[in-house]
Amino acid sequence: MRELQEEAKLRMPWQDVILQTSVRVLIPFIQLFGLYVVAHGHYSPGGGFQGGVILGAAIILMALVFGLPASKHYISENVNKTLSITGPLVYCGIGALCVLFGGSFLDYSALNKILPLGPIAWRSFGIFLVELGVGIGVMSIMLRIYRVLSSAGTIDQGL
Amino acid sequence: MSILSVIVAVLLLLGVFFFIIGAVGIVRFPDFYSRLHAAGKCDALATALSLMAIALFNIRDFDWALFQSWDNLRVSLKIVLIILFVYVASPAATHAITKAAFIVGIEPWEKRKRNR
Repeated sequence: MRELQEEAKLRMPWQDVILQTSVRVLIPFIQLFGLYVVAHGHYSPGGGFQGGVILGAAIILMALVFGLPASKHYISENVNKTLSITGPLVYCGIGALCVLFGGSFLDYSALNKILPLGPIAWRSFGIFLVELGVGIGVMSIMLRIYRVLSSAGTIDQGL
Repeated sequence: MSILSVIVAVLLLLGVFFFIIGAVGIVRFPDFYSRLHAAGKCDALATALSLMAIALFNIRDFDWALFQSWDNLRVSLKIVLIILFVYVASPAATHAITKAAFIVGIEPWEKRKRNR
């Protein structure tokens, strides 16, 4: 018993075949489900915040099981910063585009002048674009919070 | 009462039975590892049985011509996907908790204490 415990302590915490295999199977489906929740935000339960949290949780799961360097190989810190800026920029950009084309802020029917789909279709599609921005922002901020908290500020070696 | 509703009732009752067995096991077993043994196994099986009953009940009025019943069939397929997810995720999570407890150093329960 004691020797087995010492041997398990010596190994790195992410060297576990069962967890690695099951997480490797699960992560694509979790990400697919996150995209599903984002895309269904405007007429069923879900939306940008929830879908973004699921997408972030998939990468946090990867960081937990394969270690923080592996998740940094997947989404590096610079890419994460860029994504966390891109999300709010998409949100505000869509709103400002509506103002530029003669509506009020986030009044998507004004975007009808870019591509004539009809104002009702543009209202539905505009909400989807805004939710996409929210999803990207929430995903990268979730990942950033986990990385900073788990490595005590220095983002090189996680839990 | 059709055959389908009998099958649904039997599956639901079996699911509830395994949930109760798991709960009794969590209360009655002596230490951490055997409690996890009860919780992990019984919850996976009971969740699968209950969700199977719900998926079957959802397509009880299936009609090839109606669009609504194809919608219901799609919802049932999503419930089956949840069963697959639970069957992969639940044992992996139980394994992770057990291994963490082992590394921290929780001793397994024995009826007679060994002399060390």
